[in-house]
Amino acid sequence: MTATPAPELGSLAAIAACVRTGERSARAVLATSLERVRELEGDLHCFNEVTIEAAEADADAVDRIVRSGLDPGPLAGVPVALKDNLCTVGIPTTCSSKILAGWLPPYDATVVSRLRDAGAVAIGKTNLDEFAMGSSTENSAFGPTRNPWDLGRVPGGSSGGSAAAVASGIVPLALGSDTGGSIRQPAALCGIVGVKPTYGVVSRYGLIAFASSLDQIGPFATTVADAALALEVIAGHDPMDSTSLDRPAPSLLATLHDGVSGLRIGVVADFLSEESECGDAVVSAAEALAAAGAKVDEVRIPELLLGLPAYYVIAPAEASSNLSRYDGVRYGLRVDGPDAETMNARTRGEGFGPEVKRRIMMGTYALSAGYYDAYYGQAQKARTLVIRAFEAAYQDFDVLLTPTTPSVAFPFGSKVDDPIEMYMCDLCSIPSSLAGHPAASVPFALNPEGLPIGVQVLAPALGEAVMMRVAASLEASAPRSARGPVTP
Amino acid sequence: MARLARLALDDDEVGRYAVQLSAILEHVDAVRRLDTADVPPTAHPFPVENVLRSDIERPSLDRDSVLSQAPVAESGRFRVPRIMGEAP
Amino acid sequence: MTEYETVVGLEVHCELSTTTKLFCGCRNAFGDEPNTNICPVCLGLPGSLPVINRRAVELALRIGAALNCTARRSIFHRKNYFYPDMPKDYQISQYDEPINVDGWLELPDGSRVGIERAHMEEDTGKTTHVGGGGRIHEASYSLVDYNRAGVPLVEIVSRPDVRSAAQARAYVDELRSILVATGASDGRMEEGSLRVDANISVRPVVSAEFGTRCEVKNLNSLRSLERAVEYEVERQIALIESGGSVSQETRHWDEGDSSTHSMRSKEEANDYRYFPEPDLTPLVPDAALLAAAGEGVGAMPAERRHRLSSLLGAGSDLATRTDGSTDQVVTVVDLGLDELVHGAVAAGADPRLALARAANEAAANPDAARLLDPVAFAGLVKMESSGRLSATQSKEVLAELMANGGDPAQIAGRLGYEQMDTASLDAIVDGVIVANPLEWKRYREGDDKVAQFLLGQVMKSSKGRANGKLVAQAFASRREA
Ligand SMILES: [Mg+2]
Ligand SMILES: [Zn+2]
Repeated sequence: MTATPAPELGSLAAIAACVRTGERSARAVLATSLERVRELEGDLHCFNEVTIEAAEADADAVDRIVRSGLDPGPLAGVPVALKDNLCTVGIPTTCSSKILAGWLPPYDATVVSRLRDAGAVAIGKTNLDEFAMGSSTENSAFGPTRNPWDLGRVPGGSSGGSAAAVASGIVPLALGSDTGGSIRQPAALCGIVGVKPTYGVVSRYGLIAFASSLDQIGPFATTVADAALALEVIAGHDPMDSTSLDRPAPSLLATLHDGVSGLRIGVVADFLSEESECGDAVVSAAEALAAAGAKVDEVRIPELLLGLPAYYVIAPAEASSNLSRYDGVRYGLRVDGPDAETMNARTRGEGFGPEVKRRIMMGTYALSAGYYDAYYGQAQKARTLVIRAFEAAYQDFDVLLTPTTPSVAFPFGSKVDDPIEMYMCDLCSIPSSLAGHPAASVPFALNPEGLPIGVQVLAPALGEAVMMRVAASLEASAPRSARGPVTP
Repeated sequence: MARLARLALDDDEVGRYAVQLSAILEHVDAVRRLDTADVPPTAHPFPVENVLRSDIERPSLDRDSVLSQAPVAESGRFRVPRIMGEAP
Repeated sequence: MTEYETVVGLEVHCELSTTTKLFCGCRNAFGDEPNTNICPVCLGLPGSLPVINRRAVELALRIGAALNCTARRSIFHRKNYFYPDMPKDYQISQYDEPINVDGWLELPDGSRVGIERAHMEEDTGKTTHVGGGGRIHEASYSLVDYNRAGVPLVEIVSRPDVRSAAQARAYVDELRSILVATGASDGRMEEGSLRVDANISVRPVVSAEFGTRCEVKNLNSLRSLERAVEYEVERQIALIESGGSVSQETRHWDEGDSSTHSMRSKEEANDYRYFPEPDLTPLVPDAALLAAAGEGVGAMPAERRHRLSSLLGAGSDLATRTDGSTDQVVTVVDLGLDELVHGAVAAGADPRLALARAANEAAANPDAARLLDPVAFAGLVKMESSGRLSATQSKEVLAELMANGGDPAQIAGRLGYEQMDTASLDAIVDGVIVANPLEWKRYREGDDKVAQFLLGQVMKSSKGRANGKLVAQAFASRREA
């Protein structure tokens, strides 16, 4: 199965410019997007819900603002898709779990309000691994999403629906959430740009928690510039999130095309195994950056390999607590029982899928009396070691390069029965999650089968601007064919 | 573990998860064996302190719409089957 | 026979008097319609996040200071357990790094109880059991109201320094006074804004080690606390004396049958899986927080009792407590009427009478009494001590003064409480002598005990208008005649 290049939607700025001048209505832009949904959704299953009516109302509101002579905002009329773990008032928000089926949140996530205030038009809620736990979107209670590059393969996960929606040209922008790689990994597998910001740069208010100390929301787009613009819109302090950093949104577009001349770039050798097409792509990316004037060197940071095991203690531990509230009392599914205790257990036993239950039990174990110190306590210390190792590396380098994933998109069912094999997908993305650092995946190459390969750019905390500069430079030297959108 | 996590599992699941959990534990064993004698734990990636809000009232949600999301509600309250134990 | 010593440690949960809840802007109010003060945060809706209420931190620090604690850097943990009244199925609470540590509380009898910690946490919702007489196990189902969920609490944990049921009561009583005096809490046990759990054990007096303790819950009044400690001590001694041993468990005080019942043994104890709350940042008691915590806080009850007692003169014969105070002093301080008494005394009122009227009559309506003008109150007290008003009249005028304000002399005039003229008083006194010849004879023979009876008869005939002092003088002059 081969994907073909899809018609360009135009950049976010171009779409917004047309809508702002009235050259094209937001309603007309939306219609193009919905037409693409009708064409492809049956094959791809990007969405848990396409909210046509709400989208039309939002688009009409943007057009009214334009007619009234006011500014509808930098994303005027831009159709966006929202990962279905972002709360949307009155619109089902399920986390692709049976346990939340039918729940209507009474409030919008902060990022959803910010997108709307910027004039964007949300067209629906995208599929994900249940509660964002997974790397293939196969763990959705509502069926998997397919990769537009090859319908027999996974789009990655957990934000697979958002990635596939952008990669197939349904929308030019989507939001995902990233806890250990859930934006970057599907971006890489779908040939698009995915950015996980510094922890605290984007408000988590209204993002249904998986692992609170790691979760961050970020954009998917087909270009680095689009991702940068979207991040500028959704970032910035939010008093509703205590972990939101009290500083203005980063300015990214202003320096985006300043080039990489003089930048010190480290290629993390620990993630370059032999005979790896993803590793090879990093090597050619490094060469391209060197050609553009950067000083490139290899660097060994073996402590980063502690990331994966530390993550698979910390994330399940926090998740086990975050997911306790799904108990059948206040909202969502209830499976009845003779007493409250049995009702809770049955609701959770039937409402959660296998991966979620596995992680809840793993996390419960890691926090339980007698095991806390050996697992959770130790993992938090390993986290410190990862942070220190990064600190040392950033003495010598401005940014680091790694593969985003160990391999390209894999066929359905190939890893789903082996949790550890699936967890390995996040090997390269996890360390910066533990450190709270920003990271971006940029499509850089195609493998011989025509599947996209992503390169990951890492930067220290609040290093978004330099990270995006490097990403833009990589994008400029990558073949156009390596990135979406594509038509399956 | 399933009881502590309040998950009703069938025998099949219990067996399967037992195997998978021990595989995962083996995988994360590198963390357990780490020498961390003088390493402080990181609970939070950023050392921010005293993030506080003013004691100012904000509107509450409409009760009927909240209760409309409840599996069972009665007399303005959430209804649950009888509770076997007192709160700890 | 072995003698046993009682050992009690107390855990007091105190709801803070903030406008809003600990982590959200919902109203912190008692008695509102169920589930009307709820939002995504306190309902634990998916995606919601907590943000700490600054005022709650200030009040917690204020409590710590009043209990002589050290304020320190603190963090919140999650205490994980499933229960329908907990919206998130974990409680956000301070665990091993609490905001206040290592304090003490001095009781009116001079004894000191150590305070281990006074930490912050959120309250749970309220469950009503339907059917089965409202008892949890026999109920057919339960209903949950989350208005109280997320209300800020400070949990004050004492050291096991309390040695009797009476001392346990005195401790909570004094603690309550302090909490009210700081303005941190309204201290209403009947509304559940103050809740007490007692850890009770006994040990042979010779023993240096503590015995196994039981935690007793559901102590809704000072009286039930005292009774529960007495009951539990007896139960544990009986158990040990009969060759058994006390097992560590949680017990429930049943007011109905005046006994404690086992709720849960140690083996079934919960594994709370505490871990640092990732959604919140640490609290550091910086200068701004400490200053705001101390702002407007007056003297603590012990000091105020001392000041008030000193009005009565050193070594007052009225003192009934080892710290030199009287029950009246305790009541007046408790109700915050001490400034009224000080003001009245400064305006020339007799201290003892002012204190008595404040503790006995004004106390009936403390909210109104706190608004009294000290000068007007002094005027009333002076009218009574000079004999212009009888005690009964004085109380009537005070009631009117509290209800509607005004000038005590004018109120007395309006109520017809003009001083009884000498002729009328003489007539009543003579009438009483004629009507009670036997008593009069005994009085004349020097039996002073009967004087009270004769005085009472005059009061009755005058409908309380006669001035006691003048009546006594009238009888005395007739005896000498
Ligand atoms: Mg507590
Ligand atoms: Zn609330």
